[in-house]
Amino acid sequence: MRHTLAVLVENKFGVLSRVAGLFARRGYNIDSLAVGVTEDPNVSRMTLVVRGDDHVVEQVSKQLNKLIDVIRVTDLGADESVERELALIKVKSDKDTRAEIIQIVDIFRARIVDVASKSIIIEVTGDEEKIAAIEKLLKPFGIKELVRTGRIALTRGSKSS
Amino acid sequence: MSENTRKMTGARAIIECLYEENVEVIFGYPGGALLQIYDEIYKSDLRHILVRHEQAAAHAAEGYARATGKVGVCLATSGPGATNLVTGIANAYMDSIPMVALTGQVPRSMIGNDAFQEANITGITMPITKHNYLVQDAKDLPRIIKEAFHIASTGRPGPVLIDLPKDITTEEIEFSYPDKVDLKGYKPTYKGNLQQVKRAASAIEKAHRPLIYAGGGILGSNASEELLQFAEHIQTPVTTTLTGIGGFPTQHPLYIGMPGMHGTKYANYAIQECDLLIAVGARFDDRVTGKLASFASNAKILHIDIDPAEISKNIKVDIPIVGDAKNILSSLNKYVNPVEHETRKEWLDRIEGWKKSYPLHYVGEQDGLKPQYIIEQVYEACKDAIIVTEVGQHQMWAAQYYKFSQPRSFITSGGLGTMGYGYPAAIGAKVGKPDRVVFNIAGDGSFQMNSQEIATAVQNDIPVIVAIMNNGYLGMVRQWQELFFEKRYSHTCIRDSVDFVKLAQAYGAVGIRVEKTSEVKPALEKAMDSGKPVIIDFIVECEENVSPMVPAGAPINEILDLERKE
Ligand SMILES: Cc1ncc(C[n+]2csc(CCOP(=O)(O)OP(=O)(O)O)c2C)c(N)n1
Repeated sequence: MRHTLAVLVENKFGVLSRVAGLFARRGYNIDSLAVGVTEDPNVSRMTLVVRGDDHVVEQVSKQLNKLIDVIRVTDLGADESVERELALIKVKSDKDTRAEIIQIVDIFRARIVDVASKSIIIEVTGDEEKIAAIEKLLKPFGIKELVRTGRIALTRGSKSS
Repeated sequence: MSENTRKMTGARAIIECLYEENVEVIFGYPGGALLQIYDEIYKSDLRHILVRHEQAAAHAAEGYARATGKVGVCLATSGPGATNLVTGIANAYMDSIPMVALTGQVPRSMIGNDAFQEANITGITMPITKHNYLVQDAKDLPRIIKEAFHIASTGRPGPVLIDLPKDITTEEIEFSYPDKVDLKGYKPTYKGNLQQVKRAASAIEKAHRPLIYAGGGILGSNASEELLQFAEHIQTPVTTTLTGIGGFPTQHPLYIGMPGMHGTKYANYAIQECDLLIAVGARFDDRVTGKLASFASNAKILHIDIDPAEISKNIKVDIPIVGDAKNILSSLNKYVNPVEHETRKEWLDRIEGWKKSYPLHYVGEQDGLKPQYIIEQVYEACKDAIIVTEVGQHQMWAAQYYKFSQPRSFITSGGLGTMGYGYPAAIGAKVGKPDRVVFNIAGDGSFQMNSQEIATAVQNDIPVIVAIMNNGYLGMVRQWQELFFEKRYSHTCIRDSVDFVKLAQAYGAVGIRVEKTSEVKPALEKAMDSGKPVIIDFIVECEENVSPMVPAGAPINEILDLERKE
């Protein structure tokens, strides 16, 4: 089972390593971790994707909450939240394959952000499945490089996390 | 606040902050990064105890904290000084002891350059501190020190480290000490949720065979009196963990000793048979629970702890109450109807029966000198001593055979199990409680890990008595080798490696050797009368075992009897 945790932390020196260190030392697995400041420059938001049963996730949340710099931990249920990832994919492409790739990009509402004579860089946002799907379709052309941000998420509606 | 700001250097500000926190003593060791601070200490009224190894500074600060309930403070220079504190900090972390560790650091401009005597101590200690700081601006010193003492001593106590770059100590600041801390992410819960307290009360009233399992949290929250009232109020037996010893009077009829690996048989049987286990400030350590799946398997678990992360960490809890033990026990005393002794008679009689059938015992002293006998004699010689231990067999014997009537009288390394802990911790305890007799019950192996601190005791006139149970072995390891490795004593024999009497004398302490049972009492009396640091070298039977014993990972009611027959 995978859980998405929203972790609000003080935007201070060393916070990321405190959080990452906690995972290492307690033997928890992080699938992805995305960090950035929030609307309040003193506060950062980390979005963590953790794998484990409810017991593990409960322990992860409690241990995170113990860190002095952690302000709040929320377990985001998939239904109540919007989740996104961004990927940049550099695909091999020449004039013979370009049209076909552009078609795929259109279908996925992705964007082409760079074109060179032998490759294209595609920017795609969406949930994990969408990114996996476009990756699969692009694979036969030859993916030269790929980078993903890791998941970010917010709760829907007026509730905050 | 602003009317009494004063200009001063960072180093001076640190001293002022320590005054504000009512710090009386720091245990430390100087070095280049601390020159400014040591100069201010020289000019100040602070008591500074110069140790001989920084590890001892951390242990001493901790022993002081355990004996007094105050925050212990230690100080070490950058690089090797700071890394030498690490074991002591980890020890304090595992046993939740309030401590502030101050370390020197290279100047800010040199951080990260592998400068001389640089170590990334905040990085190193992240997993073993409750929190730590690298001071990056001298202006932050008062706030950070205020926060550090607050964090160390509130909620679940623990060590906090503050790393002090050298140039911060020379910089001038406008000093004013904040009167509040404001930490968005740190708001410990003290009061138990009333709904949960009521649920607990009803579970207690319904239970037929309840048992209280109390840990170091009782001492951390000064809840001994409330615990005593609670146990009597509900006529329920009490077992205390190694670090909880002294939290409940050990001579009380409801006391059933320590649980777990070297616990009493009756405590272990009681855990397995109870129908409600009331855990208070205890964390279900594996040395207590043995095989988890069969631990207290007939019982509902009620867990009272200040740290929410302890709830259901190891054992699934049925009724959790998060909050301070003292607080929650006193509300339970209000919400639970008193229970008559008669109501519990069957259960208490059963436990009494086990107590009679399986008392702690050892085979008399015909041949050699028995360590258990020595511990009993230490008790006879001084019934009100603070007992500090190292780690090993002697530690277990001290836990089993000394009798404690007051809290904060048994000081031992529980969670980390640190050999070399006892002597410096005893020094710290004696500094904090100069009117109490302080014994360090030691093993010959453990004592050698920090025996250089005899110099500290002598120079600072700290009359701690060390009672070495000298069995010529790393006894506890030898015991495991005997039991599980067919007596292949691989590298556990340390016989004749040092003459402890001469060692004591070399440092200017009193050294006494005891080889016969008849010499035990006179030696203890002489030690107590001397008013000096004393080392007593008790040459004890070399292959004595700690009994009973539950093999690691076995259910706690599968207990071996190991007393050696002559
Ligand atoms: C720093 C450290 N190193 C190693 C150990 C492992 N260990 C646990 S008990 C023990 C033997 C202790 O021997 P001694 O101090 O002579 O005490 P005894 O068991 O003989 O009473 C050892 C080596 C430890 N606990 N701490």
